[in-house]
Amino acid sequence: MFEPLTWVLVALSLLAMAYAIMLAARDKRIDWPLLGAVGVIEVALLGQLVVGIIQLAGTDRDVSGPYFIGYLIGALLVLPVGTLWALAESSRWGAGALAVACFVVPVLELRLYEIWVA
Amino acid sequence: MSTPEATRQGPGRILVLVYGVFALAATARAGVQIATQFDEAPIAYLLSAVAAIIYCAATFALAKATVISRRVATVAIVIELVGVLGIGAFSYAVPEDFPDATVWSHFGQGYGFVPLVLPILGLLWLRRTR
Repeated sequence: MFEPLTWVLVALSLLAMAYAIMLAARDKRIDWPLLGAVGVIEVALLGQLVVGIIQLAGTDRDVSGPYFIGYLIGALLVLPVGTLWALAESSRWGAGALAVACFVVPVLELRLYEIWVA
Repeated sequence: MSTPEATRQGPGRILVLVYGVFALAATARAGVQIATQFDEAPIAYLLSAVAAIIYCAATFALAKATVISRRVATVAIVIELVGVLGIGAFSYAVPEDFPDATVWSHFGQGYGFVPLVLPILGLLWLRRTR
């Protein structure tokens, strides 16, 4: 597991979440900067999936493979599905829903890290 | 005057998303547990699978938001509430029967107690959008 990428993902996701909450608080809908940020995070998550699988294959650590890959894939699914779901909402709650989706990413990253160092 | 679609709109947009996350998490968890280590804790893992089915049913029913799906959602969420309270209590009372965690063990402690709060919010939301 490439740890710096994990912490970058945690930071970016929390920033995107804060921005989404700010939009919701101002009664605004999801905007392009937020979608761009989510896109960048998603690309990084895709990179993490590839790096994670390569490192899992080469590690001597006692990492639970199914759980590790499960969390990698889960992290990859949350934002695209959450974004489509949130965009269908025509009120501030769309941005709110995307904020929640953004929050799920750091939670999954912390679990991934726990599984990796366990 | 609320319409049936109301369960997925407004705050419901967030509620369904959280339900979806738990549906995904519970399904993946139960799948891995049953596929790789079922013999270690069959009761706990079967309960994991039940929880996964309930979360999936509640997610789709709340998202579909028809008159009938509201009933499905209500039934699913009541079972969810009974499940998290029952398994939560049992996991403290008879810990040897729960050597590995289910989503509902210890009232959902491993998931920030969200599993305990979620059915309460779900039932309140169904009531509010009635």
